[in-house]
Amino acid sequence: MNAPVKIPVGSAPLEREEILLAVENVSLSFGGVKAIQDVSFDVRKGEIRAIIGPNGAGKTSMLNCINGFYHPQQGRITFKGRTRPRMRPHEAASQGVARTFQNVALFKGMSTLDNIMVGRTLKMKEPFFWQLWRHGPAMREEIRHRAVVEDIIDFLQIQHIRRTPVGKLPYGLQKRVELARALAMEPDLLLLDEPMAGMNLEEKEDMCRFILDVNNQFGTTIALIEHDMGVVMDLSDRVVVLEYGRKIADGTPAEVKADSRVIDAYLGVAH
Amino acid sequence: MMATSHARDADTFPKLIARNAATRGARPAFRLKDLGIWQESSWADIHMMSRHFALGLDALGLKRGDKIAVIGANRPKLYLAMMAAQSLGAVPVPVYADSVADEMAYVLEHAEAAMAAVQDQEQVDKVLSVSERLPALTQMFYDEPRGLRDYDHSRLHAIDAVIEKGRAVAARDPAAVKRLDDSIAAGKGGDLAVILYTSGTTGRPKGVMLTYDNLIAGSRIGIDFDGLNETDEVIAYLPMAWVGDHVFSYAQAILAGYCVNCPESVDTVVDDRREIGTTYAFAPPRVFETMLTLTMVRMEDAGRLKRRMFHYFIDVAKQYGEKILNKEPTPLGARLLYGLGDLLVYAPLRNRFGLTNIKTGYTAGEAIGPEIFRFFRSIGVNLKQLYGQTEAAVYITMQPNAEIKADTVGAPAPGVEIRIDDKGEVLYRSAGVFAGYYKDEAKTAETKTDDGFVRSGDAGFFDPQGHLKIIDRAKDVGRLKNDALFPPKYVENKLKFYPNIKEVVAFGQDREFVACFINIDLVAVGSWAERNNVVYASYQELAGHPEVYAMIEKHVEEVNRSLAAEPAMGGAQIKRFLILHKELDADDGELTRTQKVRRGFIAERYAPLAAALYDGSQEADIATEVTFEDGRKGVITARVKVRDVKTFPVSEQREAA
Repeated sequence: MNAPVKIPVGSAPLEREEILLAVENVSLSFGGVKAIQDVSFDVRKGEIRAIIGPNGAGKTSMLNCINGFYHPQQGRITFKGRTRPRMRPHEAASQGVARTFQNVALFKGMSTLDNIMVGRTLKMKEPFFWQLWRHGPAMREEIRHRAVVEDIIDFLQIQHIRRTPVGKLPYGLQKRVELARALAMEPDLLLLDEPMAGMNLEEKEDMCRFILDVNNQFGTTIALIEHDMGVVMDLSDRVVVLEYGRKIADGTPAEVKADSRVIDAYLGVAH
Repeated sequence: MMATSHARDADTFPKLIARNAATRGARPAFRLKDLGIWQESSWADIHMMSRHFALGLDALGLKRGDKIAVIGANRPKLYLAMMAAQSLGAVPVPVYADSVADEMAYVLEHAEAAMAAVQDQEQVDKVLSVSERLPALTQMFYDEPRGLRDYDHSRLHAIDAVIEKGRAVAARDPAAVKRLDDSIAAGKGGDLAVILYTSGTTGRPKGVMLTYDNLIAGSRIGIDFDGLNETDEVIAYLPMAWVGDHVFSYAQAILAGYCVNCPESVDTVVDDRREIGTTYAFAPPRVFETMLTLTMVRMEDAGRLKRRMFHYFIDVAKQYGEKILNKEPTPLGARLLYGLGDLLVYAPLRNRFGLTNIKTGYTAGEAIGPEIFRFFRSIGVNLKQLYGQTEAAVYITMQPNAEIKADTVGAPAPGVEIRIDDKGEVLYRSAGVFAGYYKDEAKTAETKTDDGFVRSGDAGFFDPQGHLKIIDRAKDVGRLKNDALFPPKYVENKLKFYPNIKEVVAFGQDREFVACFINIDLVAVGSWAERNNVVYASYQELAGHPEVYAMIEKHVEEVNRSLAAEPAMGGAQIKRFLILHKELDADDGELTRTQKVRRGFIAERYAPLAAALYDGSQEADIATEVTFEDGRKGVITARVKVRDVKTFPVSEQREAA
């Protein structure tokens, strides 16, 4: 796979010292299967953090722990300085964690616009009843949210599919709609689970540019899982590598690339 | 026709814009769909903004006679840049936005552009990448700020910031305002208004210089002919560097005072056109072809009832539609049936196409397929052909109402004289005829005769009704070895009228017979494949599929039959053809930016295939280098089959031609 073009990123990496999310000694098992064992890492504010590893390494489980879908048996997850008790995904969402999925999870029968509007649901305050009757304040609120959504549509260049049912779109565009919906939540932390899986080269490059633009323009912190090494190395500020549920490396792309354990994990080694 | 559009004192666009602001200030001048909403600017707004923009440009040092490049999609801000430049006596040079950096550098260098107004980061990057070749370029402006925040802004400005700067100047510096007023007043009709670079099928583009007089005279032909006025609506989506856009979306809009609508993006044009309901349209045949192909493809997927209804009423329309449009006598029953069809099929279709309110639609630039042309006319769209050139400020011939034939381009437009020289080349003279090629005296002298006629470079003849029929580029009309006439374009177009065929390159000059390369249309053939359970993984595989070959062979045979029926063309029947394994692409230099095939280049690039057409072999290997959108290169290899086709005896009866 060819590496995507290197895109010049903005000059000033903000003060990327502040830790947005800290994962400490997290372990997760399903019965006898140990999905994650004693993994610790952190995500700094404003960075693009990649989680990589071979199949079954526990990457998606890790994301599921972060957004509250799974509850690790051990360890702590601290988000925005608050160590969280057991919480459910919608609580994570309202605290500012948004995500996309490995397999597209959109409402296939709804238009692109409606799908993205769903991302604003948590921010809508007017009661359902008033929305139903297009009551003045509810109407104005919807217009306000629609403006945000239109900005995102413009940003991701999906104007031409605004009214198209999502189910009819090609896969690459569905992924982009999913990203749009996640962005509509104006998240502090955006979790992307294989945003480029199954895409062709051109779609991948578009997606890379959008991810960088999101990070650059909105300052959104991004944690992503990705298999395409070219993409990971070009996009991310720091990379954490998992294998069989354990962390085997953590550092800048260059450091990780040089790490012998990572090379072994990816290329295989005679044990 | 309104009296105001004949105001003879306003002889430049800046003066006409001031007139529009005074006489129809509240009428819309531009609409831009942004964030899903049509944002409207009135003539009064546009007038004010163009003045402020001009003051801003003045402050940045734009001088009378300077050139300013305009690069990007059709945006009000870029049209404003042209207005502002013209207010200062500077000359806008619109550039094809999809040109690669090198092509762009040539135009900017040749025009000695002092400034450039561009749409977005993509264009800024392109210009910056060749900036060392452009010493004259001092300032650049952009419309869309996205991604440009961290660029060095010492010579780069947002257009909004320039307008803002001009507004500040207007508020505190009456001397500058006075200077601007004087500059506008000093402009006269004979001044150079714009330089339009023609894309050129051969060699480097040439800069066609058009004066205000040329453009206004040219525009007036169309305005008077079709009765355009301030209530008309057009949608601007064709390249700004093309004379068609410059006349239809700029010169005529300013002259007649109608509204120009800018779509949200190139992909939304169809929906945007539908929302606006254009009353006047101008498009190359390709656009109409795509609309029709998409409709036909979708109808194949429709339910049985809808499909049958569609085909039934389209047949009715084919029979009576044109007659009704031409107001010829038709039986009452047919009228009633057509009325029903209108209710059920034609009106919804026109609505889908965004052509419900259309007064006149024009197609030009290339020959349109008679089928496509008749289809649109039969469903009640007054589609017409016109023949025009950049050098003529568009209009040369037009089709008057009720005198419309699919295979001619119409009668000479009002005020245009045409003569045909002994070699068959068409020459024309009118008030719209250009001043000359920029910095190219020799070419100008070659093209313009001493008595003011312009050599069109096209070969054609008049039919008995006095309508012009264009057959090909004069220099392209060739002869086979046996001296039979070989007009490549004529042959190619006959094939291209089949929806399954996208491009054709015909060979035959000094050869034994005519043979051709064919490009299939992926949309049409792909949908056919889906319906017929033909499995394919790539364009290449589909193109080489035996069933696709069989289908295309049938098309070629039909073309041969129709060529055989025309005694002059009978020798040009196609003996052998092959289907190319890749789509011809402007990025690979195989097409011009206006999507015309570059025959010589293709013959060289695919030399082994061209050789195989004539050496009798049944297949040939080819490796071609392709350029991806990001500029990287790759190689495509393929084995391409060659087919022989049946030819027909040439009919005996002579045709008066």
